[in-house]
Amino acid sequence: MKNTISHRVADFLKDFPPFSFLHKMDLEKLSEQISIIYKDKDAVIFAENEKTHDSFYVVHKGAVALKKSTKNTVLDMCDEGDIFGLRPLLAQENYIMEAVAHEESILYAIPIDVFKPYALENRIVGNFLIESYASNTRNPYSDIHKDKLYGDDLAHDTMHSDTNSFDLTPIKYSKKIVTCSPSTTARDVARIMNKKKVGAILIVDEMLPIGILTDKDLRNKIVTGDYSILTTAEAIMTKPVITYPKKMTVTEAQMAMMKSNISHLCLTKDGTINTKAVGILSKHDVMVALGNNPAVLIKALKRTKKIKEIKPIRNRIMQLLQGYLDQNIPMTLISKIITELNEACTTRVIEMCIEKMSSPPPAKFAWLALGSQGRSEQMLHTDQDNAIVYENVSEVFRDETRIYFLKFAGLVNKGLFEIGYDYCPAEMMASNPKWCMSLDEWKNQVHHWITNPGKNEVLLSFIFFDYSVTYGDTELASQLSDSIFEDVKANPIFYVHLVSGALQSPSPTGFFRQFLVEQDGANKDNFDIKRRALMPLTDAARVLILSHSVKGISNTAERFEKLAELEPNNSELYLSCSYSFKALLKFRTKQGLLHHDSGQFIALESLSKMEKIKLKRTFKTIKELQELISVRFNVSNVV
Amino acid sequence: MSLFNFWKKDEDLFDENSSIEETRFVVLDTETTGFDYENDRILCIGALVLQNGVISIQNSFEVYIEQEHYDKSTAQIHGILKAFVLKRPSESEALQQFLAFLGDSIIIAHHTVFDVTMINKALERNGLPQLVNHRLDTAILYKKTLIKSHLFERKDHYSLDDLADKFDISKKDRHTALGDAYITAIAFLKIVKKLKEKKEVNLNSLFK
Repeated sequence: MKNTISHRVADFLKDFPPFSFLHKMDLEKLSEQISIIYKDKDAVIFAENEKTHDSFYVVHKGAVALKKSTKNTVLDMCDEGDIFGLRPLLAQENYIMEAVAHEESILYAIPIDVFKPYALENRIVGNFLIESYASNTRNPYSDIHKDKLYGDDLAHDTMHSDTNSFDLTPIKYSKKIVTCSPSTTARDVARIMNKKKVGAILIVDEMLPIGILTDKDLRNKIVTGDYSILTTAEAIMTKPVITYPKKMTVTEAQMAMMKSNISHLCLTKDGTINTKAVGILSKHDVMVALGNNPAVLIKALKRTKKIKEIKPIRNRIMQLLQGYLDQNIPMTLISKIITELNEACTTRVIEMCIEKMSSPPPAKFAWLALGSQGRSEQMLHTDQDNAIVYENVSEVFRDETRIYFLKFAGLVNKGLFEIGYDYCPAEMMASNPKWCMSLDEWKNQVHHWITNPGKNEVLLSFIFFDYSVTYGDTELASQLSDSIFEDVKANPIFYVHLVSGALQSPSPTGFFRQFLVEQDGANKDNFDIKRRALMPLTDAARVLILSHSVKGISNTAERFEKLAELEPNNSELYLSCSYSFKALLKFRTKQGLLHHDSGQFIALESLSKMEKIKLKRTFKTIKELQELISVRFNVSNVV
Repeated sequence: MSLFNFWKKDEDLFDENSSIEETRFVVLDTETTGFDYENDRILCIGALVLQNGVISIQNSFEVYIEQEHYDKSTAQIHGILKAFVLKRPSESEALQQFLAFLGDSIIIAHHTVFDVTMINKALERNGLPQLVNHRLDTAILYKKTLIKSHLFERKDHYSLDDLADKFDISKKDRHTALGDAYITAIAFLKIVKKLKEKKEVNLNSLFK
């Protein structure tokens, strides 16, 4: 029976092996027998030692972690298009690993009985399965043989913690080789390399590599004036090309580069110069393979061409974060690096969206990060909070400009969603017309908040006053800040409202010095570290820094450090606030990484005695700070 | 909703033990010649079973109905041509097939009133009994997931497209009955997940 959903399924599967080898008709028939399964985050798909199901699974959306429950280590992470749970079905043994939805996921369950005949009939499909069986990789056709074992060989699972053994993993090389003919001029070579953003170009003659030109060659030979820019590639290329077979490990690649003192290797079909080039391997690739470091990640980001490619980079940023926390690196440094990287991701999305628009921006603009992003305190994946301010334009272009920026913001918001930032539930995003305005419109808006400070206005200004510029014209943002300070100065009553807002976050300790826990919902009995501990500090810092008219510092910890400088008599309290804030943020980040969420809610029983004491110590500081601001701004007289 | 159901509503609660997971839901969508309950006709009914987070493709329902009435102006939306070559059952046959598929399951649709009224009008024309199944509407349920805040203006009307955008569901088969039913089903699952984050949710609470 022809069916709309089975078409949808077939259309997805056709891009992934082994389904890609099936005939269209067969794939459609197979798709009619499939079930679509929705799994909430952390739901178990199958447990260790459980009897096998009658289906194996393909991830359609989301991610599934394969774990060995005794060690609680993730052995493999499957994402879109990956197959799991097939091997035990073929081997007819119980599951030896546990499969858990790492994110909210949609899976396709494919009954083995239906699939088996295709595997037996279709030689390529069969081979794929045998190879995946034999090589112990989930997908022998994946770019790198991910080196994550499919099953029995669990003795090797140390490799995931031990980075040294990574060296023996096959290296990932770039398959998109940039080439030119021997007669191309040096100038054109440079243009091509520039356009393709590569550091080396392969010179090919009749499909065979005959030489290579790198950035260094251009610098040494052309820029020095030794050769004219119209020299042919042939005359200045390095030859012969050093070629290697494509199955290379990281260590082998490193050795090869060291041995010949070169930075690029050419990989050919059989490893000699007599066969077609299949890939090019740069020092950069080796560095990437060797591990995560910020510079490598930034470089990888710059090379992305599609928004989709940014998501895996963000996952590596999270790994980096985990590593930093494990090594106990100071939180100030961690948050600087991670914020920088997160911002680079956002910037890349913005750049790509500008390219997607049919014309360049009609006016100067600044993309503002609000809330925790604006304060550079966001480590984990959370919601988006952002806005656009653009320069004032004449009446004639007003509508046109607004339409442009709204459309543009819509693209960016969607892009950010794709790389893992959820939509803001309150629509506090630049694609909302209320958060995408010209400088004058913003000034009026802020003026309205300050002169009519109701509950909502205060809440809005809380979120808004912590902005920082992620992309674009910083001057616009600075002008807006100036106007805010003037307005606030002229309306001192506004402080009182800000302070009473800041005091609304409930104090973290209850009557019996017990932790206050949440009463309702999915987070019942958990401690809300964001609302009860971080927010009181953030809110107070904002009010105090505003009262000193200090602009350009939006990070809470840094604000307290500045305050300690400005008010020497309170410096001890402020410094301890700064310390507490960092400690709490670290706490939240660790919890978030542990549970793969925002870390906002903490199960108290999961904490050690030591951790509880540390937490409580910060509460004392929070209480003192709340007292200080309520006395200073004399809140009780108004509220 | 008929008056009868309205009064029935409060007493007619499900057993406390019946969970959302165990319940058999039928998620449906109809493509019609237009929006007039009296004059327009159903071109296609698409429906699927959702139980314990699983949609079995084999166990889904898609029927194109033979008809006399045809409105050119909506053809560009649903893409079903009058002379569409497919063996199509008569309205009466199609409805009977659908009733058998539906059973006593809970109906889920986006703007349920429209689909159910359309089907009921057709049932009436063919001398068949009216639908008495419980109904859930994703358009209404979705609103429950939104935060109540003065900062945020809720729309009165959320289209299936809005939901697909919010929940990142591919709109590839938008405007085919079964394709829309699929989007509705996934949206329903995501709505329940969202509601669960706020408070405990059971089958009864979805109807409140």
